[in-house]
Amino acid sequence: MTAPAPNRRATGFFVGFLAVALLVAGALSYFASPHPDGLDTVTLQGCQVVESDAGEHLEGTCIAQNATDHSLAASPLADYSVEGGEGTVGVAGVIGVLVTLVVAGGLFWVLRRRRPKDQH
Amino acid sequence: MVGDTVLAMHMSDGLVNGPTAGAFGLIAVLGLVLAGVRARSDLDDRTAPMAGLVTAFVFAVQMINFPILPGASGHLLGGALVAILVGPWVGSLCIAIVLCVQALLFADGGLTALGTNIVNMALVGVFVGYAVAVALRPLARRSRAGLVATAFVAAFVNTVVASLAFVLEYAIGGAGGASLGTVFTLMIGLHVLIGIGEGVITAATVGAVASVRPDLVHLLRGTAPPLQLRRAGDTGVTESRATEGNPS
Repeated sequence: MTAPAPNRRATGFFVGFLAVALLVAGALSYFASPHPDGLDTVTLQGCQVVESDAGEHLEGTCIAQNATDHSLAASPLADYSVEGGEGTVGVAGVIGVLVTLVVAGGLFWVLRRRRPKDQH
Repeated sequence: MVGDTVLAMHMSDGLVNGPTAGAFGLIAVLGLVLAGVRARSDLDDRTAPMAGLVTAFVFAVQMINFPILPGASGHLLGGALVAILVGPWVGSLCIAIVLCVQALLFADGGLTALGTNIVNMALVGVFVGYAVAVALRPLARRSRAGLVATAFVAAFVNTVVASLAFVLEYAIGGAGGASLGTVFTLMIGLHVLIGIGEGVITAATVGAVASVRPDLVHLLRGTAPPLQLRRAGDTGVTESRATEGNPS
């Protein structure tokens, strides 16, 4: 990348911003509420989650009974864990932040308007 | 593990029927293509890295479910947050990228439901949040407290309206299991509470960025024109903007 180096203050801010994102995903994520979010609360309305040896299933009548399993449910990072391991949410979170940064940062860097001096 | 079902934050496959999912998928694609075209004018060497970081930050904060009622939680959607920091066009791409990463890498949010999720959060949430923020921009420009209040209100409204987008999709092609009235009432009720959390997170984040780098807050741009040379051959619109910024 041939961008003129942003001033030190800008770099410091960006580094700080990334550090906060990594801390949130890597550490604060362990303290997230384990309860269903607003949408899931609505789709589960009318059902009870019953746990048995075969896993969880829903009893009653609710929207969530129509939900199908995720096609990528077997992926290594499924459900914000690493290979389903307990206590790996922070690791999964850090991976997610870095992947998101690379994908988004890359796309926006490509889409950006070049300054005139970059074009010659 | 009980936790397995819990960190799923977005619509799964099967909640709306195929045609509805397909139609919203098409709307999502069209909206994002337009956003991609329009985003370019908001992206430069300084704002592109900012937009990348904002996207990563939204991914991180969406992981943090906060309690709203016994047995129920909420999490950031991020529409007003990205709209205020990087503008609505770039912002809708930010949220769409987060949703794609979550669906493809973390199996959160169904693949056929990606269109509905993108419409709800990346298009409706972002543009509603932006509209509210722009309406309150005079307040936001007046003081830091005004900016923080603007961020709170915009985030609150974006959360409630985004939740109504789901109700609309359920009304059009819902798979059933609950009456539309129940879905409507519960979605609004819960998202009013979640909207308060969304408002607090958005206000805190925007306030923090503005205290360090107000020039990186898209909503405030124009108050203190950044010292930036624009190419003379650019479009008329850009030229007139540059002229406004350089009284000479």
